Amino acid sequence: MSLPGRPPGEQIPLVDAARSAKGAPWIVNAALVSLRRDLLLAARRRSEVLTALFFFVVVVSLFPLAIGPEPALLRRIGPGALWVAALLATLLGLPRLFAADHADGTLEQMALSPQPFALQMAGKVAAHWLLCGLPLVLLAPLLGLQFGLDGDAQGVLMLSLLIGTPLLSLIGAIGAALTLGVRGGGVLLSLLVLPLYIPALVFGAGSVEAEAAGLGVRGHLSVLGAMLALAVFFAPWATTAAVRVALE
Amino acid sequence: MTMKPLNTFHFASPATFYPLAGRLQPLFALLALALAAAGLYVGFFVAPTDAQQGEGYRIIFVHVPTSWMAMFLYCVMAFWAAVGLVFNTRLASMMASAIAPTGAMFALLSLLTGSLWGKPMWGTWWVWDARLTSTLILLFLYLGFLALQAAVDDPRRADKAGAILALVGVVNVPIIYFSVKWWNTLHQGASVSITKSSSMAQTMLLAMLLMALAFWMYSIAVALARVRNIILEREAHTEWVQHAMA
Amino acid sequence: MQWHSVGEFFAMGGYAPYVWGSVGATAVLMIVEPWLLRRQHRQIVHALRHRLRAEQNATQPTPRAQP
Repeated sequence: MSLPGRPPGEQIPLVDAARSAKGAPWIVNAALVSLRRDLLLAARRRSEVLTALFFFVVVVSLFPLAIGPEPALLRRIGPGALWVAALLATLLGLPRLFAADHADGTLEQMALSPQPFALQMAGKVAAHWLLCGLPLVLLAPLLGLQFGLDGDAQGVLMLSLLIGTPLLSLIGAIGAALTLGVRGGGVLLSLLVLPLYIPALVFGAGSVEAEAAGLGVRGHLSVLGAMLALAVFFAPWATTAAVRVALE
Repeated sequence: MTMKPLNTFHFASPATFYPLAGRLQPLFALLALALAAAGLYVGFFVAPTDAQQGEGYRIIFVHVPTSWMAMFLYCVMAFWAAVGLVFNTRLASMMASAIAPTGAMFALLSLLTGSLWGKPMWGTWWVWDARLTSTLILLFLYLGFLALQAAVDDPRRADKAGAILALVGVVNVPIIYFSVKWWNTLHQGASVSITKSSSMAQTMLLAMLLMALAFWMYSIAVALARVRNIILEREAHTEWVQHAMA
Repeated sequence: MQWHSVGEFFAMGGYAPYVWGSVGATAVLMIVEPWLLRRQHRQIVHALRHRLRAEQNATQPTPRAQP
């Protein structure tokens, strides 16, 4: 049986996915199943994932081109530029989070299934982070070299992105759910989500600056971690509510 | 003698609220005018000249009330949006949609008047002051809400999606304010604050409060007028509207 | 009262453009907004009445001329 809207090679009916994850504890099963499914689907569409990463690389390169190659200046703006680029790259991947599943009706099936819908959504968000956020964390040191960041700054940058990118995925998922199937979705999504990203940006980029200034980074990273903890608990609920509204 | 039970939901129907709003609106408009007259009088004729800022400080009599209103209206909007979401009523959601444009306008005015205050005092048209930056982000939140409601065609879906966004926003507003304050002190060392400190003359405070109340009454009057328009548009097919239009 | 003349009041100690610019912009927007709303109200009522009349005309049979 083929689902409409997707080429045959990209369909993973939920039943098959559920069967293969047998054995995991039930409550988390829904999230893991959803996560595995999204990762498998992305593996078959590698170009989409890589495009977002290339976007990150290109945007980061724009800042020195716009501002000039003076090393001291670049070292100052480096963390900020990398964080802004990470924000934009995350935004780029967000519309894909729900669009395909919504188009072929899988999202409705997920809502109707006995599995907790919020956990299935959490699995999708986790997949988004693994595909969009984690590569940014791994790429950042390489791009940090373009700005002449030293080892300590690179370390703090990676750590701040490691804590920050899941936060961005979680908040962004709410925006993606709200704009599901809406006209002008991508740009509208950016308008909705970017103001909510500002606290993460302030503390994320700020942590690297604090490191450069010799102040402790503990404060910044703790606040970032606290925001992540809050988001982990509350964002999936908001996302689920928004998806339900979109499915009505 | 038995008391008739108070039907608190009597006015939750657009049909009954429409005439009530029509009757209340002129009252609030008059209150707004009276309070504004009093506030402007106290602010411009009673309050003394400031020692540091000369006569230029008098901008706070419009700047601070507009900032307060922008913030306050966002919370009120989120409240009505939440009521509409929880009780699944149309009117509460319509009220939230009615408040949003006025809130955005006050946020914009706050930025404009803040800019006009900053130029003579600090020499630049924009200062990355914590309060101004937070108001800028608040304006973005308003614009996002308005854009989302405009983009969604189905009115009930627009109501609910807007409500979720408004609730997420209202939770984030304190977080955003805290972040911006932190960012501001981190990057400026000595706090460069555009807002007047607590050493304010009594008359100045009175004028500010009167103006804030005036703007509040104005917002209520405008929200009532706008919600009447929204009711007419969305309930156009109902019998009571057709009867009222005849 | 600290204003010794009308001119002094309008000059606002040299800050006139800023003070009156702020007060002016606020006043203008707070007049334009209700005016726009009133205009919108008139437009909606007009459109609804127009539509109502069109529906009534459509349901009423057109009178036939007497032979």
